[in-house]
Amino acid sequence: MPDPILKISGLNAHYGDFQALFGVDMQVDAGEVLAIIGANGAGKTTLMRSITGLLTNGPDQIMHKGTDIGRLRADEVALRGIAMVPEGRQLFPSLSVKENLMIGAQVLRPGPWNLKAVYQLFPILEERKDQQSTSLSGGQQQMVAIGRALMSNPELILFDEISLGLAPVIIRDIYRALPGIIGNGMSAIIVEQDISKALSVSSRVYCLQEGRVSLEDRSDTVAREDISRAYFGIE
Amino acid sequence: MDWLNAIVQGTLLGGLYALFAAGLSLIFGVMRLVNIAHGDLIVLAAYLGLTVTTATGIHPLLAIVVVVPVMAAIGYVLQRGLLNQTLGDDLLPPLLVTFGLSVIIQNALLEGYTADPQKLAAGNLETASFAFGGLTLGVLPVLTFSFAIAVIWGLQWIFYCTALGRAFRAVSDNQDIAQLMGLNRRHIFGLAMALALAVTAIAGILLGIRTSFDPSGGGGRLIFGFEAVIIGGLGNLWGTLAGGVILGVAQTVGAKIDPGWQILSGHIAFLLILAVRPNGLFPRISA
Ligand SMILES: Nc1ncnc2c1ncn2[C@@H]1O[C@H](COP(=O)(O)OP(=O)(O)OP(=O)(O)O)[C@@H](O)[C@H]1O
Ligand SMILES: [Mg+2]
Repeated sequence: MPDPILKISGLNAHYGDFQALFGVDMQVDAGEVLAIIGANGAGKTTLMRSITGLLTNGPDQIMHKGTDIGRLRADEVALRGIAMVPEGRQLFPSLSVKENLMIGAQVLRPGPWNLKAVYQLFPILEERKDQQSTSLSGGQQQMVAIGRALMSNPELILFDEISLGLAPVIIRDIYRALPGIIGNGMSAIIVEQDISKALSVSSRVYCLQEGRVSLEDRSDTVAREDISRAYFGIE
Repeated sequence: MDWLNAIVQGTLLGGLYALFAAGLSLIFGVMRLVNIAHGDLIVLAAYLGLTVTTATGIHPLLAIVVVVPVMAAIGYVLQRGLLNQTLGDDLLPPLLVTFGLSVIIQNALLEGYTADPQKLAAGNLETASFAFGGLTLGVLPVLTFSFAIAVIWGLQWIFYCTALGRAFRAVSDNQDIAQLMGLNRRHIFGLAMALALAVTAIAGILLGIRTSFDPSGGGGRLIFGFEAVIIGGLGNLWGTLAGGVILGVAQTVGAKIDPGWQILSGHIAFLLILAVRPNGLFPRISA
């Protein structure tokens, strides 16, 4: 069996004295789509920051295809083919829409995604390509953030709350576009507060609660009461 | 006509101040670093020009070709070896470290070149002038001003039309996210400092042709550079040129009223503009 794309074992994360993650175990296989759910402050974003190298981790806590990447810088992790659509979009305000997309291609990984492919996926971005990224609507900004991550032709893409702050129709559109994005053998981790959306696009689901994994199950068969228990920690 | 002359001469002088300031503006824009040693680095460049011209006998303007890459290399190594370690949420460490660097450079120059004032011998260029519209313009000031325009234009082009400039702006916007996009900010900062000191090299050599310099002269250049940057508005390179010109004109007009007022009137103009427009005239980024 090949090494999994990502294998997380006993991951702890700290902000100063505050511990945000406690011994998290998780695995992503090639082509798999994982959902991560959890209440506010459960540690979902912290987990994403650990994976992408924005937080440094202990030895052998994060293995990418059998190699320890827990101590690599974020740019080195990006070069290995892990991209993130960060929470709150976080576009570069000084860059135009097109420049935001182009900066995603900075890692120079070959693959199907380029400006043309992103414009095909989100035609509105081509119309707006020379505008300041902050002048777009929230949904359009989210498209730029997704396109920017795709431009690096990642093997594993992390989505941190892509529906946050967006209108329901926009969320629906973006989730409709998702299979076309991650259908080509790309693996994905989808962090989401909207549980049914997260379950609908994933094969397995993890729930985080106060920095610990409180549930791990198949997305199609997981029981609702198990989720509420894992989510809120109430019996 | 005298007044017009003062304004024109001040404008040309402003080109030199803009060259002092452009590097400061650039590194503040990219990494929010205030480099106290900037003036001393200008003087260092002048001394490097002195060494090159005395060793090879070439014209100081030609020495630019040698001093620019040397200063750029110094900039990259300085940033990666020292200044990157001081960057963070706290603004104080880089201030203290570049202040220390300023003292070190001054003492090293004193050790290496003594305290005697030096000048770069540029032959005819030092005094050559031509008549233009009833005014007499020095060739060197006009050349300096042309250099300033070319440098600002070049920096502007790098910033807005190249992948490197895109990386500068991205890192300046959000270091973490830029890092996620595969940009190593330490390397990008190194390149920004290299570029800033390349400009410093040009400024130092033009300064050395214009006036005599000694190891302690960095502070004055730093102040003029700062004032030009602040007057023009942070993060705006053309604004920095405008700031240099305003400073230069204030000085020559002040000197016209009373020769003793030259430096003071520049500072007064700076304070007045700061009082009216705390963010400078054309700010791009908020402080
Ligand atoms: N920079 C920081 N410094 C200190 N504590 C932090 C920092 N970022 C997050 N935390 C804390 O770590 C815990 C986990 O935060 P995290 O952002 O990972 O949660 P989350 O699951 O992503 O929440 P949300 O759904 O609100 O995005 C929270 O208690 C939070 O207060
Ligand atoms: Mg979060």
